[in-house]
Amino acid sequence: MENFFDLVPLVVFLPLAGLLINLFAGKQLGETGVSIVAVGASAAAFLVAVLLWIAQVDTGYQAAVIDAPLLGDWISIPSAGVNIPWQFRVDTLSVTMMLVVTGVGSLIHFYAVGYMHGDERFPRFFVYMNLFLVFMLLLVTGNNFLMMFVGWEGVGLCSYLLIGFWFDKPGGEGWKNSDAARKAFIVNRIGDFGLILGMLITFWTFGTLDYYLPDEKPLVAHTETADVEAHQAGQAAGSAGLMGVFNQAETWLEEGDHQVEFGLFSLSFEATLTVITLLFLLGAAGKSAQIPLFVWLPDAMAGPTPVSAFIHAATMVTAGVYMMVRSNVFYHASDVSSFVVTLVGASTAIVAGFIAVGQWDIKRVLAYSTVSQLGFMVAAVGVGAYAAAMFHLVTHAFFKALLFLASGSVIHGMEHGHHHLEHDGEHVHDETFDPQDMRFMGGLRRKMPLTYWTYLSGTLALAGIIPFAGFWSKDEILADALKLGVDEGRLDGYLGFAILLIAAVFTAFYMWRQVSMIFLGGPRHNAADHAEESGTVMIAPLVVLAFFSLVAGMINIPGGFPVLDSLFGEHKFTGWLEHSVTYAHAGQFEGLLATSAVVLALAAIFAARAVYNNRALKDLSHDPLELDERTSGMFALANAKLYWDEFYFKFIIYPFQRAARWLAEQLDWHFWHDFVHENVIYRHFQRVTDFLTQPVDRGIIDRAFIRLAEWTQALAARVRVIQTGYVRTYALSVLLGALLVMVIILFPVIRELLGI
Amino acid sequence: MFEVPGLGDLNVAATLPVTSLVLGTCILLIVDLFVPTDRKHITAWLAALGIGVLLVLALLALGEITEFGDGEEAFSGMFVADAFTDMINVIALITALLGVMVAYNYLERTGIQRGEYYVLLLFATAGVMFMGAAGDLVVVFVALELLSIPLYILSGFRRPQEASEESALKYFLLGAFASGFLVYGIALIYGATGTTNLHDIWQAAGDIVAGHKSGRFLLLGGAGLALVGLGFKVAAVPFHMWTPDVYQGAPTPVVAYMSVAAKAGGFAAMARVLASGLSNFALDPGEAAVWQDTVWLLAILTMLLGNVVAIVQTDLKRLLAYSSIAHAGYILIAVAAAGTAAVADEAVQSVAIYLMAYALTNVGAFAVIVAVERDDATNTGLDSMRGLANARPWLAAAMALFMFSLTGIPLTAGFVGKWFVFKAALAADLIPAAVVGVVTSLVSAFYYLRIVWLMYFEESEVEVSTPWPLAWAIGVASVGTLLLGMLPYILTDMVREITLAFGG
Amino acid sequence: MTLNEWIFVGLFLMAGWMLPVVPLLLGYWLAPRRPNPVKKQIYECGVQTVGSAWVQFRAQYYVFALVFVAFDVELVFLFPWALAYNKLGLFALFEMAVFILLLVVALVYTWRKGALEWS
Repeated sequence: MENFFDLVPLVVFLPLAGLLINLFAGKQLGETGVSIVAVGASAAAFLVAVLLWIAQVDTGYQAAVIDAPLLGDWISIPSAGVNIPWQFRVDTLSVTMMLVVTGVGSLIHFYAVGYMHGDERFPRFFVYMNLFLVFMLLLVTGNNFLMMFVGWEGVGLCSYLLIGFWFDKPGGEGWKNSDAARKAFIVNRIGDFGLILGMLITFWTFGTLDYYLPDEKPLVAHTETADVEAHQAGQAAGSAGLMGVFNQAETWLEEGDHQVEFGLFSLSFEATLTVITLLFLLGAAGKSAQIPLFVWLPDAMAGPTPVSAFIHAATMVTAGVYMMVRSNVFYHASDVSSFVVTLVGASTAIVAGFIAVGQWDIKRVLAYSTVSQLGFMVAAVGVGAYAAAMFHLVTHAFFKALLFLASGSVIHGMEHGHHHLEHDGEHVHDETFDPQDMRFMGGLRRKMPLTYWTYLSGTLALAGIIPFAGFWSKDEILADALKLGVDEGRLDGYLGFAILLIAAVFTAFYMWRQVSMIFLGGPRHNAADHAEESGTVMIAPLVVLAFFSLVAGMINIPGGFPVLDSLFGEHKFTGWLEHSVTYAHAGQFEGLLATSAVVLALAAIFAARAVYNNRALKDLSHDPLELDERTSGMFALANAKLYWDEFYFKFIIYPFQRAARWLAEQLDWHFWHDFVHENVIYRHFQRVTDFLTQPVDRGIIDRAFIRLAEWTQALAARVRVIQTGYVRTYALSVLLGALLVMVIILFPVIRELLGI
Repeated sequence: MFEVPGLGDLNVAATLPVTSLVLGTCILLIVDLFVPTDRKHITAWLAALGIGVLLVLALLALGEITEFGDGEEAFSGMFVADAFTDMINVIALITALLGVMVAYNYLERTGIQRGEYYVLLLFATAGVMFMGAAGDLVVVFVALELLSIPLYILSGFRRPQEASEESALKYFLLGAFASGFLVYGIALIYGATGTTNLHDIWQAAGDIVAGHKSGRFLLLGGAGLALVGLGFKVAAVPFHMWTPDVYQGAPTPVVAYMSVAAKAGGFAAMARVLASGLSNFALDPGEAAVWQDTVWLLAILTMLLGNVVAIVQTDLKRLLAYSSIAHAGYILIAVAAAGTAAVADEAVQSVAIYLMAYALTNVGAFAVIVAVERDDATNTGLDSMRGLANARPWLAAAMALFMFSLTGIPLTAGFVGKWFVFKAALAADLIPAAVVGVVTSLVSAFYYLRIVWLMYFEESEVEVSTPWPLAWAIGVASVGTLLLGMLPYILTDMVREITLAFGG
Repeated sequence: MTLNEWIFVGLFLMAGWMLPVVPLLLGYWLAPRRPNPVKKQIYECGVQTVGSAWVQFRAQYYVFALVFVAFDVELVFLFPWALAYNKLGLFALFEMAVFILLLVVALVYTWRKGALEWS
């Protein structure tokens, strides 16, 4: 079974092969061929991931490090001691990510075959999708931060390509799409900057970027569960510098008083870790859309819906969370960072949840919901609930992908209805119609029953209603946060718990608001009246995902939960993760907490049901919250996204533009060009050259050279006369030359003879 | 008493590079008889193939990767196989290969595609290689004739065109005249030392210098006359007069080959005879060799005359003829430097470097002339370069590169050659020669860069034909010129092992 | 080396010059001169000359002559070689084989080129 680990490169290379085939032969293969290749590549990668999973179980969760073929010594500068090999790491954490990425990814690929049907750039789309898979898998399988960074950047590139995929849509739409793509890319760059700085400091501190070296076991310095023997072995290795970053960190933490030299100054090791983790947080905030860098994600919904589902719900945005969980040793060691992380995550969760309430666009609501849920995960990392973070990541991947795909199905249905209308000529072309605007929907429950039911399942999962997947994971985060507060008296635990609980209430509210507006009531637009259920290709993944949204929570039943714990076993998932995530710990079931959370969520749902009742849904040009003067102010605020973008524009982008313009005009043009170049350099240069050309060059040098040239030419002409063309002349010259040579060579002897 | 050598003393293995070439050429001569007249390209292909194989083997031998033609001596010391031999082999074979490529289409379009061309070219190449391996004055002479006679014929290859025939006859007559001097010189040396073997001559010369033996005057005269004969072959002033006429009249591909091959052969012989056999022949023990002064005086004359007269030339082939005279002067400086025992090795190495650089550059330059030349052998004037850059940017760039290299501008092979030659001259205290060399290099920029100017800054209609063998030859030459210019250590590595002076 | 050695060289040169010059001069001085038309004719084996001496020969003749000379000289080499062969052994056999092989190549070439045909 250990041989299976050698398969891990395939996880990356299979999608790579798929994309290469589609890249070069996409036009010839046709839609069917492209679909088979792309989906096949993704599914094959999933299969490999499953095999790796089995191998993990079979080998007792041994972490394995596999050298990449050919590129093993990826970056190696022996003289400088830099050695960053390209190695794949197979452990429970990376296998989890592989399963999620390839599993959900495959379903989305499959769905996209239906969704993208008829698009003129069908092959290119799947090339990008497979490329995305390649990078995402690089990100999660690498055994060092640099490999992760390669995937990290590649994922950013793919998201840019895919968000702007419809850059040429008519009527200004294309511009919006490409703007969104650029926004995503630029905002992500800010995060990348943080990550790369963090990586540099990591490398400076540890002299390596490897998580763990091959055959190295994770150490746990602070807990009693530390394997003493492995620990000592690790220490011995550490003195020789043969350890990955995490074990070095553990060793130094235990030794204490380790200083890191930064040339001019030195920092204590703990402070260094705080710096590193805060920089990593900046990176995660970019990729996982946290405050202050979350603004790109809602705009990123401009891409095709499968892209939204794939990149911006299930996989890419989880990269930040993955990275933080991977670095749990660092985060665990830094209380300051943990506090900041908790605050960032919790506030993101509640801010995004609040904004989601005020949105009309079906996908935008889901986007803010994603941001909010990512806030949950980040906050979980902050409170030290690494397993819970991963757990929520997994369940969220299922139900958020489901919701996005279902929303895609809805949009598809609406567009279908709209086309239908135009075809019949019943309705003149409606400029204001938008297939994504929930105000034009309503009553789709009857038109699209399967979509409705799957959507409902996703909604309940997201809202955290028992027994859907979201309940288990969200509950565990809340419980862990509370536990941190109660057990250790940590302020961030209490704070996180309180904020997240409110955010959960918002979640339930806006989700039900959405369900009501889309599916309940009667159709508010003729297009909705003529909407049709989508095809099997699109529905099938929905059903699969709905199933997982229902049952995925069972993988990690908290300890002490009645009945189910004995049925499915207690915190299986946490136990699985513990083998690779040092500080993963199991959550204990808190009956009261769970009950109250569910009750609160149900209350929120009922509140939403009450607000968006049948009467309100009849005419929905305005939101009921907007009409009620008690809430209209809040709604306007949510609808305007808290003026977040405007804030950025006014206080960052606009001043930046002003500064840039000032620099360009005043500094570069007026000062540098007009003054320095024109006046100082050019004028003086001219004066000098004038002097050099007129008196010096023409008067002295030229005349001398002209003389020389004339003289040389005259000489040459005279010499040329000797070249008569007669052999006899030439022979004579040879003879005279020979005489000359003889005279010269015999000269010393002749002189000697003559006694001169 | 004459001792009968055994078959094993022949040590044929050492002579393999050149003997296999001669054997192959003989076979080619016979094979060619059965090749139909309209299919003579087969002969060309066979010749190129043979050269190619030998070149690869020679390069491997030079890099000491294989032992091809290794071993110290063969034929009782008449044949020497050392690093210098390997280097001359490489130069000769590269030149021959480029010569075949340049000629291939030219011969066809001018209607002189005859198999003998390639056979003669190969024989001449064998002559050069023998010269590099000569361990005996007799071999020197025979090799010189083996090199020269095919070249006489090749010069007249374009019969019945008058210019070609005239050049062949002139070359032949003057060449024979000069060979006479060489033979006379050899005879005098034999008279003084009683041997024609270079190593024995060296020993005898040592005795003569030390006063144990008479014959100093004879030896001096012999050295002088040998210098005359060899000076003619390399076109040193004042034995240069044949050069412009022959270069202008002979078919251009022949000139491309001959300009390098004759020089390589001549200088290889000079290195063997002067820098090796007569290296210790000084008036007083410990002084520089007696021939040193003569050689550097000739070098100065050669550089001055070649460069100055080249300025007024209007025909490209004539211009390059004078240019080749000038370059002979530069190499002569290095030969002169070899007269100082302390820098002998360095000087001979610089000769080899210069020859290598010159081979690539000069064949390339002539190849460009082949490209612009019309079928009736016209359009070789300077005007033919006018506006070349617009019509054929790559060709013009290659030509510019060759011109830069001939001028000796850094990052080209020519610079590397000049650099080592001047370095050797300074090491041997030949300051006047080095100064004249540098100054005339500057003068030479005038006419070389004028060609570049014509190509890039003037407009004209051009008609150029570059079939692929020619294009490849130009490409190989320019890549080589550039590569050796930018990575000089390739050259220095090649010649590192060369040491000609006999020990002690 | 002393000057004396050069005296012999000078004597040798002088004697060499004198050998042809002295008889010519003697004949010039001593011989009586009574010319008639028959006496003034160009001497050619007692036969009267016909036409000008400036005639063209067939180029073929030179080719023949050259080939003849080549093989004539070959004999010059072969003869002493054959005489000394017993003493020289395998080495000489090899050398001569190479020599003859080269000549054979030349012969084949001339033959194929049609130089041996008088037409």
